[in-house]
Amino acid sequence: MSQESSTYKLPQPLPLDSGRALDNAQIAYQTYGQLAADKSNAILICHALTGDQYVASEHPITGKPGWWERMVGPGKPIDTDRFYVICANVIGSCMGSSGPASPDPKSAPDAAPYAMGFPVITVRDMVRGLVALLDGLGIAQLHSVVGGSMGGMQALSLAANWPERAARVLVIASTARHSAQNIAFHEVGRQAIMADPAWADGDYYATGSSPDNGLAVARMAAHITYLSEEGLTAKFGRRLQDRPDGSEGAKSFGFDADFQVESYLRYQGSGFTQRFDANSYLYITRAMDYFDLAEEHGGKLADAFAGATARFCLVSFDTDWLYPTAESRHIVHALNAAGAKVSFVELSAPNGHDSFLLEHDELDRVVRGFVE
Amino acid sequence: MNAATYSDLRPDLAAIAAHVDRGSRVLDIGCGDGDLMGVLEAEKGCDARGLELNAALVGRCVGRGLSVVQGDANTDLSNYPDKAFDYAILSQTLQTATRPDLMLDELLRVGRRAFVSFPNFAHWRTRGALMFGGKMPVTRALPVSWYETDNIHHVTVDDFRDLAKAKNAQIERSWFFADERAISPVGANWRAEFAVFELSR
Repeated sequence: MSQESSTYKLPQPLPLDSGRALDNAQIAYQTYGQLAADKSNAILICHALTGDQYVASEHPITGKPGWWERMVGPGKPIDTDRFYVICANVIGSCMGSSGPASPDPKSAPDAAPYAMGFPVITVRDMVRGLVALLDGLGIAQLHSVVGGSMGGMQALSLAANWPERAARVLVIASTARHSAQNIAFHEVGRQAIMADPAWADGDYYATGSSPDNGLAVARMAAHITYLSEEGLTAKFGRRLQDRPDGSEGAKSFGFDADFQVESYLRYQGSGFTQRFDANSYLYITRAMDYFDLAEEHGGKLADAFAGATARFCLVSFDTDWLYPTAESRHIVHALNAAGAKVSFVELSAPNGHDSFLLEHDELDRVVRGFVE
Repeated sequence: MNAATYSDLRPDLAAIAAHVDRGSRVLDIGCGDGDLMGVLEAEKGCDARGLELNAALVGRCVGRGLSVVQGDANTDLSNYPDKAFDYAILSQTLQTATRPDLMLDELLRVGRRAFVSFPNFAHWRTRGALMFGGKMPVTRALPVSWYETDNIHHVTVDDFRDLAKAKNAQIERSWFFADERAISPVGANWRAEFAVFELSR
């Protein structure tokens, strides 16, 4: 069932790490379940790079089910019969929260989009926006904050910078800093977008076209990093596509998508352009690349968690090479050094980074148990 | 899931639980499904943390609300700061360590005190099996055949006393068990199936 998002208009300009501020900022969000009278049962779910607030409800553009419906809902591990679940679109994104496609208040009254005039944001800025939303909802302390991938970065940032705002912090398939390899893959994506003539220095909103080709290539490159070699091999191997003329599995001796894996990536790329803004992709990947929680706290990750009273749980997947287990262990060691209550488990799954979104009974058990 | 109580614990764990000071900080190394940690938190108000190699067991612990990190005691104790805990507990794991002597050092580095429990290889039943059977013993206390067992460093009560001495570790207290019951320390090297030592340095 599709459901209109709520929108929270921030009463104050949102201060940003860059020193700038975001005027007239707004945050689009979805909620599920009932907030208890004492407001003690709120769980904030933070979404990943290309995610959105539709965690457990139909996406208004694609019509697909919510991106974590198998985890969030009545009777699910994050049980909306018990918990009041909040999921908000991060600032910089394009599903209703302020981002580069939003009207720039300075351009009033013609309400032209910010485009590249949107300030560069950080993960901490995203979380600052989420904290403003929690203030607006009157929620002083979350029962839990939960996130996978970039959502995990937000959960860590919340725990480090607003430690009193969450009693439990669940971080799945994530990292406390972007590695050179992570940044490199993102830069490929950004360059693909910016090399598309339709990008037009970001000013494409009024042109009637958009850098879909560049954005699709960015998505294709990124998508590879979300899967494991084992998973790709199992799913596609070297199998060839059936050709339009009916010949089965023949090479075209050309540059069509001969291999099934090529066809799959092209499909992923073009589908993505239907629902995502290319400039948002630039801004959010930038924010992730800037993310280094230790750097924000004097260079020592343990200092980011000094005095933390929340319970932490970290989960990694053995085939995730984007944010490998070592990154989670690095966070666990810092939390141990800070004396925080931390659990950690590496789960076995064939599908690489994306495993956190897929069927995994053990993950369900850990999530359900941790938020109990 | 209901928390375990004293009476549910294995005798060596019950002895440890009974002698941990109330409200202390505890690291349970090889915590399994967290029975001891659960009792220490519920009955003794301890702040208990666990280290466990098996992911499924870690998942069970997390589900019980315990703080347990998946990791290998042979390598991962080095990630804990000095004297981070009042007690480091190693129950029936010493004999599986790559280097039990180094692990003992680590226990006494991360904990002010350590509890160590292990099956005694010099128990009369083990001796009998070896002496009269001429084969590596498979007994109640050591139920797995030599080629499958995780116990790669069999140890006796007297061996452990020697190791403690060599490591300048003070034996504060000790407890011995046979047939699921506490026994007197007299002739423990013969009579004990399991031993528990409390150490300090």
